Amino acid sequence: MADHPPRLPPELRDLEGSGDDGMAPDFEILEAKRIVNKAWLPGMGHMSLNKRSRGFHLLAYFLLVASIVSWRWDLVIGGFSTPAVDRWVASLFLFGSLVGTVLFSRWDAQRLIRRRGESVSKGKSPMRIAWRRFRGNALAVGSLYVIAIFYLVAVLAPILAPFDPAAIDDVMSTRYLPPSLNHLFGTDEYGRDLFSRAVYGARVSLSVGLLAMVIAKTVGTAYGSVAAYFGGVVDAVLMRFLDVFIAFPTFYLMLMMVGVFEANIMVLVLILGFTAWPGTARFIRGEILSLKEQAFTEAARAIGLPNRTIILKHLIPSALSPVLVSAALSVAAMIGAEAGLSYLGLGIRPPTPSWGNMVSGGSDTLFVAWWVALFPGGLLALTLISFSLLADGLRDALDPKALMQKYV
Amino acid sequence: MLAYTIKRLLISIPMVLGIVTITFVMIRVAPGDPLDMYLEPQRQRQVDPEVIELLRQKYGLDQPLHIQYIRWISNVARGDFGESFRSRRPVGRMLAEAIPYTLQLTILATLFDAFFGIMLGIIAAVKQYTALDKVVTMGSLVVYAVPSFWLALMMVMVFSVNLGWFPTSQTRSMDYEFLSFWGKMGDRLWHLALPVFVMGIGSAAGTARYVRNRLLDVLNADFVWAARARGFKERVVIVRHALRNALIPVITMYGMNLPYLLGGATVIETIFAWPGMGNMAVGGVGGRDYPVIMATTLMAAVLTVLGNLLADVTYAVVDPRVTYGGRRKDG
Amino acid sequence: MLLQVKNLSSSFFLDEGELKAVDDVSFDVRGSETVALVGESGCGKTIVALSLIQLLAPPGRIKSGQILYDNRDLLKMTPEQLRKIRGREIGMIYQDPGATLNPVYTIGSQIAEVLVLHRAFTKLEAEREAVYLLGEMGIPEPEKRAKSYPFELSGGMQQRALIAIAAGPRPRLLIADEPTTALDLTVQAEILDLLGYLKDQYQMATLLISHDIAMVADVADRVMVMYAGRLVEVARTRDLFEDPRHPYGEALIGAMPRLGDGPDRALTVIPGKVPDLLDLPPGCTFHPRCTLADEECTVQPPPMREIPYARECACYKMEHP
Repeated sequence: MADHPPRLPPELRDLEGSGDDGMAPDFEILEAKRIVNKAWLPGMGHMSLNKRSRGFHLLAYFLLVASIVSWRWDLVIGGFSTPAVDRWVASLFLFGSLVGTVLFSRWDAQRLIRRRGESVSKGKSPMRIAWRRFRGNALAVGSLYVIAIFYLVAVLAPILAPFDPAAIDDVMSTRYLPPSLNHLFGTDEYGRDLFSRAVYGARVSLSVGLLAMVIAKTVGTAYGSVAAYFGGVVDAVLMRFLDVFIAFPTFYLMLMMVGVFEANIMVLVLILGFTAWPGTARFIRGEILSLKEQAFTEAARAIGLPNRTIILKHLIPSALSPVLVSAALSVAAMIGAEAGLSYLGLGIRPPTPSWGNMVSGGSDTLFVAWWVALFPGGLLALTLISFSLLADGLRDALDPKALMQKYV
Repeated sequence: MLAYTIKRLLISIPMVLGIVTITFVMIRVAPGDPLDMYLEPQRQRQVDPEVIELLRQKYGLDQPLHIQYIRWISNVARGDFGESFRSRRPVGRMLAEAIPYTLQLTILATLFDAFFGIMLGIIAAVKQYTALDKVVTMGSLVVYAVPSFWLALMMVMVFSVNLGWFPTSQTRSMDYEFLSFWGKMGDRLWHLALPVFVMGIGSAAGTARYVRNRLLDVLNADFVWAARARGFKERVVIVRHALRNALIPVITMYGMNLPYLLGGATVIETIFAWPGMGNMAVGGVGGRDYPVIMATTLMAAVLTVLGNLLADVTYAVVDPRVTYGGRRKDG
Repeated sequence: MLLQVKNLSSSFFLDEGELKAVDDVSFDVRGSETVALVGESGCGKTIVALSLIQLLAPPGRIKSGQILYDNRDLLKMTPEQLRKIRGREIGMIYQDPGATLNPVYTIGSQIAEVLVLHRAFTKLEAEREAVYLLGEMGIPEPEKRAKSYPFELSGGMQQRALIAIAAGPRPRLLIADEPTTALDLTVQAEILDLLGYLKDQYQMATLLISHDIAMVADVADRVMVMYAGRLVEVARTRDLFEDPRHPYGEALIGAMPRLGDGPDRALTVIPGKVPDLLDLPPGCTFHPRCTLADEECTVQPPPMREIPYARECACYKMEHP
């Protein structure tokens, strides 16, 4: 605790307006200024403020982005002058990150110094407890890193991929090259670099999963709340339809839709989203119905709050834990479904790379080139496992039983 | 009991009707005319408009919608799903050939799942916080999360390609016809081993996690503590008092899991060239073979309804509370 | 002496620290005597009961003390020996009868199974005995009820069935943990009558745990008052009600409405709230709420002292109330 900055008395909290009264600048203010100046390098200020974890993450992220920018300087700069939107976005994202981390670091350091004076109750608020518990779960935190890095890779695909994922060179001399430093994951039957394809495939797989999850949750929430809100006949009819819909095995339903509609990426996202909503619908309906029953709803109604406000205000906190958990699981399920369909040749079609169709491409050549199916499948597996672990960690951290421990 | 079974059976009828209706709607909302699909394989050639008109009449597409709907229902009721655009064979007969293969696979996988999943779940729960529990819990999470097609490929790579222990695909060997009866059985089982294992281990992982959590809940239930307070051995407490209560909801879980199992079977069947319904469905989607797509989807849903029916009736047999009144949420 | 508890301490070891649920508690139960253990909810009463039969769920643990049953220390027994005590020698009934019966077995079979275990009955004998026991517990149509499942019975009937399970092996000590709290008022009286009947019939000692001091007044021979994990006063029921010596005992009795109260008698309210067991006040745990407390009370917890008429009390101020 030796390097702890001293607390600022409340009347001196305004850092800029120090020393107006003609006296020598207070030692504490100098100290605070020194810390804020340190924060020019993201995270350094936080380190001095004993916020080591946040500081380390800021610094690590800043250095990572900075090294990518300097490593691929030409590509990053070139990104601004191409018509390709994804390259433009990637370059913008990198520069935005550089500037953003610096600004955030300084702003946050100042905020923390200001807060020092106040008596911060190291709260026992449920969210704080949950967060502390989540951080204690190494597997869940590790999965969060994996997921974050994969999404980062997906956004930066055009900058990180060493080769053009679709480039076919001299096929006979470049096909089925085993993994090497030049081709980290080897090459496939057309001599395309599998690492670059995997990087671009991350883009397809991850975004399809995320978008489909959002659609499924939105549709499900809307359906469930309409059923619960109107009740009566509407509820009965909607629920009977839901029962029938649930009887269809989801994957068959997806197959049928894929067969009926031409599948490009957007259509695939819609198909995945629109087949996976019933679980959410049922959950939301149940949650709203039980809210309607509870005492605090009665109380809220008694003081004249409309039903809608009550439901929105109380539903969100009470459903947060299951919704977060099921969202994580749902992304995994959607990524898996997309991969399954693509593996069967019915989802994302080559030459657009997706992890699923890359595995498919390698499945016939397991004898000659094991790496073709192994690496994309491994990345897929790692992603799905990470989402599952994340969901597990969230569930444990947000477990209401554990949050309100009662023994006696 | 019987009354309950009949009641459940009656509830299933509108479900099946709903399924038939949804599939009909799906055909109608499909972009383009079903005839285009029919003619797609021959699109290179110019088709005589008169032929099209004849086909339209043949498939009843000239009739108004409600007539078509009624016809669809009566056809389905008679097991007539039309004729495959591809193979020109009656889809009903194709289904009749494929479903036994799918059932073989799913039933064996379910047995595998029930045996290993429940056993591992119990072990993990009883040995909570030990290394064994951690291994089972983590292992089942990983296996459950890994996509089955990749797992299948890796299994094939290791056990078929490298070790040569199991065949890579198909349901029987080339020399099947020349084998003795037991030889034939053995050959079939030998071919079933890998697909059943891959399918079974994935769902067993889910079962293990579910059983573990259920059993942990029940092991802390008041009535289990009360049984301990009465001086029963821990083994008796677990087997007689906890297990039955923990396993009852597993029956419902199996009912609910059936759609996933059937969905998973499509991928596994395709990988192992298993001539089941899933393989048929994938082939149908790939070839835009409409009648096949509709028939397989419909059958999958009907099988799900039947599976749930079976699960509910079993549940009623083992849980005394069901037949007397509404089902309670927990065991 | 049937049961002697000496300096029993049980704690829960949580992330937040040690929760002292039972702290240095000593008491006796004589054969065929009814002793009541009363205190507000959360004061550690149930933990005393669970410690006696050593069924504390982790992270709870018995830290120290002796539990002498028939002069044998239960805490030194092997698990095998303990199991012969549980159910056979010490029976237990609980607050929530609905949750304490196994939902998937009939009432009869749940009674029969303890008889087979502890009284070496054959299955058939045990089933017959189960029907008899149900009748003795005042359940109408016992043959029919023996074949019923728990969910088909009312709460009162469930509690009678549980008492049948507990009393079936003829234990010498019955621990009843809030046996009437979940029941309707009229049923409460019936269950208490039943417990009294069993005590006479089977010479069964009862440790009755309750938060309701008024309820135990009619049935208990002696009353032990517990506050924040410690016993503060032990006395014969009459003596306690007429002349409580501990300020907390006094407050509890003052807070209790009594027949014959005139319209002017105000019920006293105990100021403050029950302390957090994780963060107990130093000295006497009751001092922040006590009207008599001074410096002396904030240093050391007062020891339990014997006072005339076979009473005990833990208070520095009891000589000059």
